[in-house]
Amino acid sequence: MSERKSPYLLSMSGITKSYGGVRALEDVSFETHRGSIHALLGENGAGKSTLIKVLSGVVQPDSGKIEIEGNIVNFANPQEANDLGVSCIFQELSLLPDLTVADNIGITRPPRNKFGLIDYRAQRQIAEEALARVGGENIDPMETVSNLSLSRRQMVEIAKALARNPKILIMDEATSALTAADVEKVYAMLHRLRDEGMSIIYISHRMPEIAELADTCTVYRNGRKVETFKNGTKSDSAVVEMMIGREYSSVYPAKSTRPDVSEPILKVENFSWNDELNDINLEMRPGEIVGLGGLDGQGQKQLQLGLFGTLIGSTGGVEVNGAPVKLNSPKMAKSDDIGIALVPEDRKYEGLMLSMTVRENLSFAAVEKMSRLGVVDTAAEEMAIDEMVELLKIKADGIDGPVGALSGGNQQKVVIGKWLMTKPRIILLNDPTRGIDVGTKQEIYHLLQKLAAEGCAILLYSTDYDELIGCCDRVLVMYDGRIVRTLAGDDLNETNLVSAALNLPEQAVIQPELKKKQGMSL
Amino acid sequence: MSVSVVIARQFDRATVIAFACVIVLLLIGAMVEPAFLSPKYLIQQLHTASFLGVVASGVMLVILLGHIDLSIPWTICVGGMMATGATGFLGPEWGITLAVPFGVLCGALIGLVNGLGVAYLRAPAMIFTLGMNAVAQGLMVYHTGGFAPQDRATEFMRELAVGHLIPGIPNPLLIWIILGAAIIFMLNRSVLGRRIYAVGNQERSVFLSGVDTRKVILACFVFSGACAAMTGVLLAGWANRSYQAMGDPYLLPTIAAIVLGGTNVLGGRGKYVGTIAGVILITILQSMLSVVQPQRYFAQLGVDIPADTFRQVVFGVVIIGMLLIYGRQQLVR
Amino acid sequence: MNVGAEPADLVSRQKHFAWVRRLSAAQRGILIAMLIFTAMFIVYGWKQAAGLTPNMINTAANKGALLALVAMAQTLPVITRGLDLSVGATFVLSNCLASTIVVGGPVATTFGIFGVLLVGLACGAINGVIIVYGRLQPLIATLATSAVYFGVALAIRPQPGGSVNFELADFMTRSSFAIPHSVLLLLAVVVFIWIPYRRSVLGRATFAIGSSEQAAYMSGIPINRAKLLAYALSGLLSAIGGILLTALTYSGAAKMSIANEYTLNSIGAVVIGGTSLFGGVGSAVGSIFGAFVMRTVGDLLIVFDINPVLQPLFVGVVLLVAVSLGSLRVLRIKNRLDIYR
Repeated sequence: MSERKSPYLLSMSGITKSYGGVRALEDVSFETHRGSIHALLGENGAGKSTLIKVLSGVVQPDSGKIEIEGNIVNFANPQEANDLGVSCIFQELSLLPDLTVADNIGITRPPRNKFGLIDYRAQRQIAEEALARVGGENIDPMETVSNLSLSRRQMVEIAKALARNPKILIMDEATSALTAADVEKVYAMLHRLRDEGMSIIYISHRMPEIAELADTCTVYRNGRKVETFKNGTKSDSAVVEMMIGREYSSVYPAKSTRPDVSEPILKVENFSWNDELNDINLEMRPGEIVGLGGLDGQGQKQLQLGLFGTLIGSTGGVEVNGAPVKLNSPKMAKSDDIGIALVPEDRKYEGLMLSMTVRENLSFAAVEKMSRLGVVDTAAEEMAIDEMVELLKIKADGIDGPVGALSGGNQQKVVIGKWLMTKPRIILLNDPTRGIDVGTKQEIYHLLQKLAAEGCAILLYSTDYDELIGCCDRVLVMYDGRIVRTLAGDDLNETNLVSAALNLPEQAVIQPELKKKQGMSL
Repeated sequence: MSVSVVIARQFDRATVIAFACVIVLLLIGAMVEPAFLSPKYLIQQLHTASFLGVVASGVMLVILLGHIDLSIPWTICVGGMMATGATGFLGPEWGITLAVPFGVLCGALIGLVNGLGVAYLRAPAMIFTLGMNAVAQGLMVYHTGGFAPQDRATEFMRELAVGHLIPGIPNPLLIWIILGAAIIFMLNRSVLGRRIYAVGNQERSVFLSGVDTRKVILACFVFSGACAAMTGVLLAGWANRSYQAMGDPYLLPTIAAIVLGGTNVLGGRGKYVGTIAGVILITILQSMLSVVQPQRYFAQLGVDIPADTFRQVVFGVVIIGMLLIYGRQQLVR
Repeated sequence: MNVGAEPADLVSRQKHFAWVRRLSAAQRGILIAMLIFTAMFIVYGWKQAAGLTPNMINTAANKGALLALVAMAQTLPVITRGLDLSVGATFVLSNCLASTIVVGGPVATTFGIFGVLLVGLACGAINGVIIVYGRLQPLIATLATSAVYFGVALAIRPQPGGSVNFELADFMTRSSFAIPHSVLLLLAVVVFIWIPYRRSVLGRATFAIGSSEQAAYMSGIPINRAKLLAYALSGLLSAIGGILLTALTYSGAAKMSIANEYTLNSIGAVVIGGTSLFGGVGSAVGSIFGAFVMRTVGDLLIVFDINPVLQPLFVGVVLLVAVSLGSLRVLRIKNRLDIYR
């Protein structure tokens, strides 16, 4: 393979891939050189993930050509891609939780002894070397993976990919769970690998991370390639415009005027749980949109679950409409005299029954209200569903089909609609716009403003700072299970949000340092 | 939604295939023996099918949840033995009057334990119900071994199993029709029905929709136990007595009927009409084997093969064959 | 797929027992099963009026080894997160076949043994093919094949009877230097089948598949071949059990109740032996001890003068307790949402 027909290490052209009628990739090309870090940018659903699945052999393209070092290749499965030097670190970890670290690193091509059996000693050595390469010397190769923290697991995942000595390393959101200390090690390692001649394809939603790492960037949108450019030649807003395909402004509707009610509908006092929530105090009035900010995993999810009655052994007081309540199940939280709704983190596994129809999903939480003696009043149900479909502009031709066939944005609308049908007074939302297109996002923002104007109290957790600034009346920033700062009015800006998220003292932030940290852990 | 759409929706691909198989089997049978298509024979088949149909009704709900009930063989036995032996527990008077409800109640109790184990302890249903099957067996063996059991069916049980409340329709068939109609209504129109499908689909979502999924699971297991016991009561009435291991031949046909009727073994999908088709298909298949008697041909060749061999082998092969046609899982990707 | 972290309290508690933590989950399972068995056997020996005679130990070992072999057979599919309800039927089929062909002189007997093992392997392989390439649920597939295998057993031996090479039978079931040969047979199976399997690439792949099939696929593991091998080996181990049964009874019998009993008890033994029903964790060695625990339950009933007809009841209760103990994590859960996954 020494003969070089092509200037590129990898070149893909004319790649097309559809999933059941939906075009994920349309005539896409991609090239990368030896010794480079190439970032792929684009919104969710832009086709990046499908492109790398094609490249790593997980899915097969409908048409198109892949050349590595000038030779045309076809991968029937991930193993074949591995064998030709393509290693991929996926977003969902591909580690085997019940096996040891060493077993995981050596899983694909383990060293064998003279009987053809796995040579555990050699495997352990290989694992130690691979871990040392990524800077994870302190990980015990004999530890079972399920005992490791998420950050450590991600290090193992990277070590596993490197142990195969790939020519092309694909990293799909592979650093999202790393702690700041591990991120430094991994960055250093990636620069070193690039200098050694490896070609790295890097996918991340964090602009600062890409700014620091990448040599070249390619932007995708709606399954097509938009542009390839050298890193640093475009401004952030120009890149974002390329990604969303329109001007990046006025996404957020004006905050509507709210009914002026002084009595809080929800009052939480000294709410604590299991070291993960510490002395939470908060008050919400009808018509308010309150944001929850902070780095991911600081207790925001737990706070919402606690208010929804799933946490056992929580302490502190919760009052709804002035009356103390002891929330001990979602069933109780949604009951008429409390009226709490939760749009959960994971719509597919927590919000929907994917193979049931859109109708059945929409009416599921409120179906008792539309039934007598346990028998559903189908006429009333149908009317309520149609009303909701209209309100949320859910694609109407699919409402008698399975909800799993809808796009992510429409699925999220169904989850929200399911809860609106219970006529809640307090709505908790966990990152409702994650992974959905800008158009639907905007519709959801409008809906939130409308609900607030009608007197709902909304507690919105979002990982997107712009969203918090654009939607919320005030934002509670959480750190390590506590609310560390409340931001409202002019104080509600990105600088303050980031510094509060890192629990830095107010006004004592150095800008460049800040940008980097934001990128690492949002 | 029009009525025809509602009815059409009850017939999925598996149901249609199963019914088509029934017709093909009947036609083949009619070629060998013209009496196969006579109303008398067909009613007789439906009479036999209703024993299987009643037990399958309960198990189907459990499978829709994504669980399974492997305790049915000895729950059937418990139903039969406790109904016939009710006098030993309730005295001669009440024991005769309440024989049937007592038998069904005992089955429901087994279902209750299953439900508590699966729903509240979160034990794997496959193993927990298998264990309960052994416990039920132990209790019944002890019951018959401990003292001379009363194993004669009461007059009412006998009437229930072989009589005709409505001329032309045997009572078990009537029971199955009523039970089936109730289940179809429940699955399609009631809140509980929605929840059963939903739990089989994604229990986490159901819990987060403010539904106590454990009660749904418990209810289905109790119902399954009661249905199995009811079949036991009918079988005891039919044979005029109860006996050990009377439920053993029912495990495979029950699950086969449900799965052949298109119910997804992993839960969440399936129509009761499909289960009806599966039950009839299994019953006709069994009947065909006893009419055709393949062992005779082998006996003519000098090879002595028991009739049961053919039943078992044909059963196994048919189930696998039909599932290969339409019951395959999605590939993991 | 969820690879959620262990509850924090569990991790911290493990730190106090550092040496226990060094053991893998499977090794801990073996240890617990071994301790339970030892405790039960001590009680059994102590309650025996005559004390433990070598003869009694030999008998106990033979009975235990029968179940142990079937339990080992069950272990492999369970590790892949499957289940094999046909182990009992394969065991009975092998018994019936062995009572027909493991007869005559040494040469004929040897061929007979190979024949039985081959048939067992084939039964397992058929299960594997149906599950892997037919993509059917293991539960349904093996329930259906168990009917077929039992039907074949019935055809081979419509009435109980047959015979077996006497020298072989005697050799398999007697003791040397107070060590029952059946225990040596188990040892041989562990050394020559289980350990090499465990250390082979396909063997480890079995654990990987049970741990997370999706991740196993992503890691480029030969999933189909590994599953096929697991089910085929399961059939082979059941067949070894069937030969031992023939040696113990000098005959073959196609009884559904035997098949059902062994299938049920094998699952109990696997659970007690520390193999996770959710796949990925387990050991055939644990299942051996699990099988001996199950068997000793029956023996204890006899020495404690409890009506032996209650045996299925106790076996059932042991199984229920074993699976319920595994479910005790429900009590430790602090977020109700964690129950549902």
